[in-house]
Amino acid sequence: MATLLELRQIDAFYGRIQALHGISLRVDKGEVVALIGSNGAGKTTTLRVISGLLRPAHGQVIYEGQDITRLSPDLIVGRRLIQSPEGRRIFARMTVLENLQLGAYTRTSLTEVAESLEEVFTLFPRLKERINQKGGTLSGGEQQMLAIGRALMSKPELLLLDEPSLGLSPLLVQTIFSIIRDINKRGVTILLIEQNARQALQIAHRGYVLETGNITMQDTAANLLASEEVRAAYLGGSVKAS
Amino acid sequence: MLHWKKYRPIDWALVAIAVFMPFLPLVDHNGGHINVLVNAGIYMMLAIGLNIVVGFAGLLDLGYAAFFAIGSYTYAMVASPQFGLHFSFWPMVLISAFVAAIFGVILGAPTLRLRGDYLAIVTLGFGEIVPQTFLNLAKYTGGPNGISAIDQPKLFGYHFGLNPLPYYYLVLVLIAFSLIVANNLRTSRLGRAWMAIREDEIAAAHMGINTTTAKLAAFSLGASFSGLSGVVNASLLTLVSPDQFKFNVSITVLSMLVLGGMGSLPGVVVGSALLSILNFFILPQASNLAATVGLHIDFTSYRFMLYGIILVAVMLFKPEGLWGSEQRRAELKESDITKAENAEYEEMPRETV
Repeated sequence: MATLLELRQIDAFYGRIQALHGISLRVDKGEVVALIGSNGAGKTTTLRVISGLLRPAHGQVIYEGQDITRLSPDLIVGRRLIQSPEGRRIFARMTVLENLQLGAYTRTSLTEVAESLEEVFTLFPRLKERINQKGGTLSGGEQQMLAIGRALMSKPELLLLDEPSLGLSPLLVQTIFSIIRDINKRGVTILLIEQNARQALQIAHRGYVLETGNITMQDTAANLLASEEVRAAYLGGSVKAS
Repeated sequence: MLHWKKYRPIDWALVAIAVFMPFLPLVDHNGGHINVLVNAGIYMMLAIGLNIVVGFAGLLDLGYAAFFAIGSYTYAMVASPQFGLHFSFWPMVLISAFVAAIFGVILGAPTLRLRGDYLAIVTLGFGEIVPQTFLNLAKYTGGPNGISAIDQPKLFGYHFGLNPLPYYYLVLVLIAFSLIVANNLRTSRLGRAWMAIREDEIAAAHMGINTTTAKLAAFSLGASFSGLSGVVNASLLTLVSPDQFKFNVSITVLSMLVLGGMGSLPGVVVGSALLSILNFFILPQASNLAATVGLHIDFTSYRFMLYGIILVAVMLFKPEGLWGSEQRRAELKESDITKAENAEYEEMPRETV
């Protein structure tokens, strides 16, 4: 499979505090890759580096064979590398439709935007029902759908999702994850950041484990799910249980 | 987007007043009244411009008078005995707007990383620096005396002179033009970018909006309107001097926006009209009235106290402004949104997947 995104030896700092220590990872076209780790491990920082919001001190971000490390966020979005931001960040005072339209900000063809809108409504019929409702009045699950739908409006090649399960009820988490799998089947490559490691690894092809700014494990999702270390640290089960 | 069914009687009243304005001089022959309206119109143009920066893009600018000064001086320097230049008024309207827009970029660029209070303080500084610069560059600007004997416009051989009436029509046309441009900006792609930035700058960047360019565009387009009003101001008074562009001008224009409703074009029109009527008409009349009954009170000197009272009252009873946009109303009712956010999550039917 062709490599879509590659991080090479990324060091990133917040002021004088080093958040990432030589991170390297790879996302192939068509994959779902999960990046798991606990609070403060550097998961969101990694996404910020990829989407151009944080400049790394060292290292390179290679996307579609080109170095995008120094590009500004809007140009990166223009290359259809889209992040659905941490904490959803929907435009609370705009309607569902206005939110989705802003998602398509970089696109010029109105007919293509209309097609994407239809696609989003097929994936999330609930959003169509609430089309004229203000984003802020949606429930948590609907807001997450809106955040993902808004990201899809830019027709992403690579979609970065930051904690899509955050604050959702277990049933909704299931729903959101199966939609993410659906989106992937429609041809969108996904890099998924999650604390909910079990759910993430169940839909991912491969996974990376991030601990205090270092990648400590990388393997296929199935192997990570079976790994005793991962089970003990992230899956909540006892080491012995199987 | 406006829909016919949404128009209230009061909206129609506003439209009726706007339609009546060109015919007002046929009814009211009092030159003093017309003069008041011309001044009100100049402020209205300033308010329309500042609304782009503060209302649309959400960048609190406390030094807007600086651009008004730049617009006024641009015309004054090339259409007066100062340098012996006598450029025609009409192209200068556009050129001054352009010059003000360039200064909008120059003064906007250093503030791009600032937000809220910090942005306000830096723009406040610019608002002070610009008149000070004009005051001290006496060789070019006439220093404290300013520039006088500024040319007045001529149109097809008709000389505007000291009669306020031609200015009245000029200002009406410029306001109509400004409102059309501002409304088109609001609904444009750039307008959507501004509103996204005002809501959440980080999310806006995630949408692929170049926040740097969008914010600079807001500063420069906003400033360009003050270039328009500056030219009219300079030719109407035939005199510019640094003390015309003090901090109180910036504050007056901002108060107009707060009173009418930030981000709402009808709000800008209503707010600036009301405050101008108070400023140029009611207060001087009240002083005259007091004098006739033997009281010597200068009500105009209580202007800013009255602004203060009015603004506090607006904040208490109608915080989105008299004619606030729906969006702004929602912003101020944040608590309702948070409540809804915390409401129990609804279960979603599985078959939607």
